[in-house]
Amino acid sequence: MPDTPNNVDIDYVASLARLALTPEEKATFSRQLGDVLAYIEKLKQADVSGVEPTAHAFDVHNVWAADVPAPGLSVEDALRNAPAQRDNMISVPKVVE
Amino acid sequence: MSSALAFQTAAQLSDQLAARQMSAVELAQACLAQVRATDGRINAFLSLDEADILAQARESDARRAAGQARSPLDGVPVGLKDVIAVRNQPLTCGSRMLEKFVSPYDATAALGLKNAGAVLFGRLNMDEFAMGSSTENSAYKTTANPWDTSRIPGGSSGGSAAAVAAGQVPVSLGSDTGGSIRQPASLCGIVGLKPTYGLISRYGLVAYASSLDQIGPFGHTVEDVAMTLQTIAGHDEKDSTSFRTEIPDYRAALAQRRGPWKLGVPKEYFGEGLAPEVRASVEQAIAWYRAQGCEIREVSLPHTEYAVSAYYIIATAEASSNLARYDGIRYTHRSAKSTDAIDIYHHSRAEGFGPEVKRRIILGTYVLSSGYYDAYYGRAQKVRTLIRQDFLDAFREVDALLTPTSPTVAFKKGEKTANPLEMYLADIFTISLNLAGLPGVSVPCGFSPEGLPIGLQIVGRPFQEAELLAIAHAYERAHDFNTKHPAL
Repeated sequence: MPDTPNNVDIDYVASLARLALTPEEKATFSRQLGDVLAYIEKLKQADVSGVEPTAHAFDVHNVWAADVPAPGLSVEDALRNAPAQRDNMISVPKVVE
Repeated sequence: MSSALAFQTAAQLSDQLAARQMSAVELAQACLAQVRATDGRINAFLSLDEADILAQARESDARRAAGQARSPLDGVPVGLKDVIAVRNQPLTCGSRMLEKFVSPYDATAALGLKNAGAVLFGRLNMDEFAMGSSTENSAYKTTANPWDTSRIPGGSSGGSAAAVAAGQVPVSLGSDTGGSIRQPASLCGIVGLKPTYGLISRYGLVAYASSLDQIGPFGHTVEDVAMTLQTIAGHDEKDSTSFRTEIPDYRAALAQRRGPWKLGVPKEYFGEGLAPEVRASVEQAIAWYRAQGCEIREVSLPHTEYAVSAYYIIATAEASSNLARYDGIRYTHRSAKSTDAIDIYHHSRAEGFGPEVKRRIILGTYVLSSGYYDAYYGRAQKVRTLIRQDFLDAFREVDALLTPTSPTVAFKKGEKTANPLEMYLADIFTISLNLAGLPGVSVPCGFSPEGLPIGLQIVGRPFQEAELLAIAHAYERAHDFNTKHPAL
């Protein structure tokens, strides 16, 4: 594998994952992920030459549905779990200055 | 229900309801009483809507009085893992992220139970977002194993297994991505089935790893599991990965299919790391099948040693993508610290997710990130092909495979929480089936010297649950492990 374990760039990965981590979490996760990645290195030994990847256990083909309008969630249902709402919309902090 | 009703099977309760020896309301009240008497120690339930439960039971009684009972499960309480949506009920997934979430719709499996007249009974504890093997990753509480409350019930469907094992509900639903039904069933001394991928709709099952997740039932007996499976199996237009396949009468098949079967014993499942008491019980079960005239063959699944690695790449990769939806914007916890839209993501996720979920999101993000994709995710998908092919090769020779479900009996609370890798290895015998999409059932096959349950895993061909359950049923009816219950 391209990387030796224990040198995961935790800040970079956390920023990709949109996940703020404390310094303690960074230290702990780096160490634990190093252990897991060292274990996963085992996969290198498998001979996968000429093997097709499996995304799903069974062949799944595109499934077409008839394009027929049907009732969806009501506005009330769709908004009932929103952390903040106004005028039948989810409200968020200003995105564009 | 210390009383006569605790630990009765769904089939027995169904007969008593049909004979009007009790009402659905009486049964629901008995279950509520058992929860009140035991759940202070077991902690299986995250929430319980008593008024709703009794209203469902009254409707069941009214249907029965009118001669309109919908199925053998009409009026029978069924507990649900808190990852399966039921309209107007909480759906926390064991996470602070969804602490206040109320489901706006029913999962198709929940609707199947409702259509069968079952009484949907409470929300059961689980590892956060189904990530874990001990239920210690729940943000809310740690569920105890009813056989020894200092031990874990297994996971991630630990609440679903413990509730049945403690006689609180006769049957329950869980979900299984790497062993999360079979392993807790084994550790709690009950029956748990992971169906073939695609047999049951995943609509309304909160996603962990979409190509591996599957809903399945727990019960005291194979018959109860068959009855419950009947109500939730089948194609669903709302899940395009659910399969169009004929659904047989699973309960009737138990008596109809009698073997003898050709059964394979994969040698890779009996190596290092298998506890001696587990090995002894599983070998006795194999000997029993042989004594019944079944042909027992040693088979090889040569890529077994790669399964845990492939699983933790594929599952975490899918999880990192699936859990991106918890962004603090639409229906989750939103951090008060945030000042701009991007900040909301970072802080809401930091506050809403627990350590194991964060760990898996980081691992999944890493293996999918630029430069690593082919080496990790791409390679794991190829190994998945090899693992699946191992099973298909074995099934050319045999009807089913016999293995241990878990390498050990239930471990102590806190024993593995500091070492995630050790916890991941608890799933070593179960995860290959998810990678291959195969059905597997765990049935009780003995007890350790200290009285802890041991499970036998039986692995079937795709969509051959009727055969699989018949093989399990034959063993179960010749043994009395499932009639023993914990002293609570």
